[in-house]
Amino acid sequence: MSFFAVLPKYLPDLAHGLWLTIALTLIAAALGFLLSVPLVLALLYTKGIPRMLARLFITLVRGTPLLVQLFFIYYGIPALGIRIQPFNAALIGFILNSAAYQAEYLKGGFMAISSEQMEAAYSIGLSKWQAVRVVIFPQAFRFAIPALSNEIIYLVKYTSVAYVIQVPELLSQAKFFASDTFFHLQIYFLIGVVYLLLIWVVSKLSDMLEHKLHIPGFDIAHLR
Amino acid sequence: MPLVRIENISKSFGKNRVLDGITFDIEPGAVKVIIGPSGTGKSTLLRCINMLAPPDSGKIWLQDTEITAPHTDLIKIRQKIGMVFQHFALFKHLRAVDNVALGLHRVKKMNRSDAYEKAKQNLQKVGMQDHGDKYPAQLSGGQQQRVGIARALAMDPLLMLFDEPTSALDPELIGEVLMVMQKLALEGMTMVCVTHEMGFAKSVANEIIFMEGGHILEASPPAEMFNNPRNERTRSFLHKINELYGESK
Amino acid sequence: MLESVIYILTNIPLLMKGVWMAVQITVLSVLLGMVIGIAVAFLRIYGSKNMRRLVSFYEWVFRGIPQLVLLFIVYFGLPGIGINLSPFLCVVIGLGLCSSAYQAQIYRGAILSIGSEQMEAGLSLGLSKTRTLFYVILPQAVRLSLPGFTNEFTIVLKDSPLAYAVGIAEILKYGRDLIVSSFRPFEIYLAAALIYFVLFQLFYYLFKAIASRYQVPGYIISGE
Repeated sequence: MSFFAVLPKYLPDLAHGLWLTIALTLIAAALGFLLSVPLVLALLYTKGIPRMLARLFITLVRGTPLLVQLFFIYYGIPALGIRIQPFNAALIGFILNSAAYQAEYLKGGFMAISSEQMEAAYSIGLSKWQAVRVVIFPQAFRFAIPALSNEIIYLVKYTSVAYVIQVPELLSQAKFFASDTFFHLQIYFLIGVVYLLLIWVVSKLSDMLEHKLHIPGFDIAHLR
Repeated sequence: MPLVRIENISKSFGKNRVLDGITFDIEPGAVKVIIGPSGTGKSTLLRCINMLAPPDSGKIWLQDTEITAPHTDLIKIRQKIGMVFQHFALFKHLRAVDNVALGLHRVKKMNRSDAYEKAKQNLQKVGMQDHGDKYPAQLSGGQQQRVGIARALAMDPLLMLFDEPTSALDPELIGEVLMVMQKLALEGMTMVCVTHEMGFAKSVANEIIFMEGGHILEASPPAEMFNNPRNERTRSFLHKINELYGESK
Repeated sequence: MLESVIYILTNIPLLMKGVWMAVQITVLSVLLGMVIGIAVAFLRIYGSKNMRRLVSFYEWVFRGIPQLVLLFIVYFGLPGIGINLSPFLCVVIGLGLCSSAYQAQIYRGAILSIGSEQMEAGLSLGLSKTRTLFYVILPQAVRLSLPGFTNEFTIVLKDSPLAYAVGIAEILKYGRDLIVSSFRPFEIYLAAALIYFVLFQLFYYLFKAIASRYQVPGYIISGE
């Protein structure tokens, strides 16, 4: 039987894997972003312990391999008596990672804003947090969009690592298929193309977002 | 009673003593121009007056409030002191009219339509009523600076601080900003300006303050300062400025 | 707690064998990526129009495809068409190809940012084109690409544990062997993470030291 003759039987499984890949990416990107905002604010606008903790978290997460983190969460933490499903273990790992990386990108966006902006905000009587919320953050976010969309692309790619802790995502489904049918080259090639398509979609969506939020003076090209 | 009293303030950045015992009063309606070589603490002095850079020692009063006292409500104080920046410092993600309305809406808690109504009036004052919908990047430097002035004016300040408002502008754009400032002075606004525009200083200021090395070396009315400077340093500075910017009328 | 520390310390020699493997994989992959990356960068700038299109497609594919998928294509797929490579070689090829696409971008950016005036200045002094390239362009290009290269090196280091997925004896594999006999996954994976963290910091500061050694005013090369 040829590759394309056996493929249809496995399509539902592969589709389910694709769905998990997309779900992992989207949830990790969204929750990671929510976490990254307090992280970057602690990093830039607090002193002492909150700042130190944020710095420590980002350094540790960015300084260790994702796979090792997943092993620690999936195999290590249950030894303390907490049971974690593979999908949830992967999700925790991805959320923490994307939070740390997004915080770093956002920080870049904040640093691109001149200190006069904060002074100007103070000079008309805004409070510190008001100034950060209505003046600084909207600008920092626009500066950070290209980097943030890169982070989603990284997430799409790195969800495949969840295969190693038995999350039945796209790569795992391809592996099952390959062990059943021995069409290794064909199936990995095929899902390689699927990943590339996913990434193409993400970069198109991010271009659209950038276009929608575009404001004269925020052309990213002149910054990089 | 003076509007602002500045009493013996000093400030250092690291080992660098930028302000060293500055004392002067600002009477209501006064227009003071601060001149002096760069790096002599003129900008820092302005930033002390609205506490963007609190002085290390000394006291500042706004009317009868000592604003250098701990626990002063700086947000209240800063609403009464407008500031215009060297590089305009417009909020780049907001249109001109949003820039002016922001403080009215968020700080003065006016409702949106009143805030925008007032913002438009203030844009009119600086001749920018037709450009309210543009983003800062779509405006020339002179236009941006006029919006910056409108943004500060909209808060109905008692005092306006100008930090080298024209030094980042191309020569042909300086005039439109100076004209707006001159009009403000004529209307009786109290102003403190750091500038190198000697023509403006001569015609509008009622006192020129010459600063160097964190000290006030000389303070006198323009006629006296320009015709008969008492201090040797003042004389040589004015001479250099005339060489650089041309003899002012 | 103390007991755990002693347990880890007594098994450090075994884990260190894994460290050596991780370093070998990283260095060789980065070198492979460098050779291909430099070639791709030059072709992308100086190649014919079709060549430029081809190599930019190459960059797009290898930046987009997940490392693990590429690794599986090489390791499981190639034997199907008669190419049998050792697992070690597969990992180096997989990680190296991915890295080459990123490195190509780094070198291209560096070359482009030097500007044509430098070449013209060299020629105007009577230097030949090759000499200008060696004495003027390359010394600047190397400095300009150091920050990006450092970053890329640490990324490959963090990807190196993916070798676990094709059964290579690196840190995670030795860790797993220990767990089978000791049932201490928490301590062992924590230790693995710390080892990678130390390795990461070590290389990071090594490159930073190199960068600051060759620092020239005007090039910010030892920054974040």
